[in-house]
Amino acid sequence: MDKIFEYIPQGLIITLVAIVAAVGAMLGVISYLILLERKLSAWMQDRRGPNRVGPMGIFQPFADGAKFLLKEDVIPANADKVLFLAAPGIGLLTTMLAFAVVPYGPVGAAGAPWFLRFIIVPGVDIGIVFIFAVTSLAVYGVILGGWASNNKYSALGSLRASAQVISYEIPLGMSVLGIALLGSTLDIEKILTQQASGGFWSWYFWTQPLACLIFFTSAMAEANRLPFDLSECEQELVGGFHTEYSSMKFALFFLGEYTHVITTSFLTAILFFGGWHFPWIATAESAYAGAWIVKLLVLLAKVFMVIVLIMLLRWTIPRFRFDQLMNLSWKALIPLSLANMLSVMTVLQFGWDRWLLGPISIGLFVLAGVISVGFKRAEIRHRPSAAELSQQLVT
Amino acid sequence: MPVAKNDVMWIEEPEMGFWEMTFLPAIVDGLKTTIKHVTNYQPVTQQYPEEKPVLPLHYRGVHRLNRDEKGRVKCVACMLCATACPADCISIEAAAAPPDWPDRDKFPASFILDELRCIYCGMCEEACPVDAIELTHIYDLTGESREELIYNREKLLDVYDKTKDDPRDPLRTRRGKLGPAAEFSTLPTVAPATQVTPGDRSAQSIAPGTIHTFNNPHPFDDPGTAR
Repeated sequence: MDKIFEYIPQGLIITLVAIVAAVGAMLGVISYLILLERKLSAWMQDRRGPNRVGPMGIFQPFADGAKFLLKEDVIPANADKVLFLAAPGIGLLTTMLAFAVVPYGPVGAAGAPWFLRFIIVPGVDIGIVFIFAVTSLAVYGVILGGWASNNKYSALGSLRASAQVISYEIPLGMSVLGIALLGSTLDIEKILTQQASGGFWSWYFWTQPLACLIFFTSAMAEANRLPFDLSECEQELVGGFHTEYSSMKFALFFLGEYTHVITTSFLTAILFFGGWHFPWIATAESAYAGAWIVKLLVLLAKVFMVIVLIMLLRWTIPRFRFDQLMNLSWKALIPLSLANMLSVMTVLQFGWDRWLLGPISIGLFVLAGVISVGFKRAEIRHRPSAAELSQQLVT
Repeated sequence: MPVAKNDVMWIEEPEMGFWEMTFLPAIVDGLKTTIKHVTNYQPVTQQYPEEKPVLPLHYRGVHRLNRDEKGRVKCVACMLCATACPADCISIEAAAAPPDWPDRDKFPASFILDELRCIYCGMCEEACPVDAIELTHIYDLTGESREELIYNREKLLDVYDKTKDDPRDPLRTRRGKLGPAAEFSTLPTVAPATQVTPGDRSAQSIAPGTIHTFNNPHPFDDPGTAR
């Protein structure tokens, strides 16, 4: 028995365990996140939510899974079969692939079992770039799925998705560039370690609050979550890009979307809120027995809170109109993220105290508010009044 | 045709303040509302199969054909319900009553009511002179075929047997007796349905069903404003 282990490189076992843990946990967690989302939505609307399968409906995910597997799988007659079948796979594959460089626990923590590494691919120097590159490929799943269905509504939905993802890719990347400059690295693990060793006040949220807001907003738009799910808005486009999809292929799209949400939440927690770091109980110095479990739980708790916030926002903000969506990205988020990056560059170049960045961020936000309000006021002032309009109409 | 000037109402867009324009207070308020609903969770959903709804007494569900005190069908096959039915879902075949039923001339040889065509308006119940047809509280009517839901006389009598002791479905009038029309000989031959005041138009009619106009040029005006 020992002989066999000699021939298997240890790294292979570690990687396989990491992959199995990540993918298995991901699929299990997603099915229960869907249940949680349905329950939360129900509670917010004074309903009860799924409560028929098991106590409080806790076996609902199994019923859903069985339903998805057993339903009739329809492929429209005039659909492009190859792309139609490939699209859900692309959607899930790319979002899963992005998770490969996300540390989902305390990487390299002392005391953890040797076969647990908490990251599938450790030490990727361009981790953030890799994530953005791969997750923006996920829109290919949506575009191809909508186009291959040979349905006008699906095609419109996928067109919207492509425009939206391209627009929000820019602020998403630029908001994180500030952190990359401050930490002078693109490696997610290193960014996490910097915050953990620096303590509570070195969480990047305190120096980059504006970037955090921009990142969170654009990431929700990237994941096609409400209030940015223009590509599948039921009132206008039937079901959007997945109108023609049924059974397991439909489920794959949703797995992809939820994987995206989870990856986004992990990134928000790691990049801005210190990852597994929490003062007193889980710091870089904490060496008590089982510290790695506490660190893991701290990270998962942070991620869970971000996910719940995303679910709460879903029923809080109504869906944007498409021009509002584009205005938000091109007129607000992109200039703001540019200005944010510029201020980081200035602070670093002149060697100023980086605590200035917090007030600068708030100042930028207020400035943007003043500018947009000023423009709106000017527009209102120069608009003909009701009395004038009525005169014009009569003459 | 252009819209008349008086028909147009001009409305100014309400002025927005600085914070209102950033939409942040609105988002925070919205989050407060959603979180309040989660923490102070008061569902309004009725758990249907376990909790049955409390229906009003006048609820109109599946029909029943009442029995009289001897257990016979109360219906006298007068066809008033079939005539009143707006959905045309009742078909009755009348036959001469058996000789040992001295209180009536006819009885329904077949009474077929299509529950799928019925719109549950209750007109048949209103029309029935002997209180033979009534609408019960049964609302969960299901069947596996259309034929199953076309109720004949026996099925409608079964509904009566099932619901007669239910406090929600009391026999509405004269429990255990035939309605007033069955005792026609004991009733006065002519009587006003209601008391008519002297000033009423109907009291001035020269013939039943007509309203004279020769000394009242505006017969349909309200009496208070009539010239």
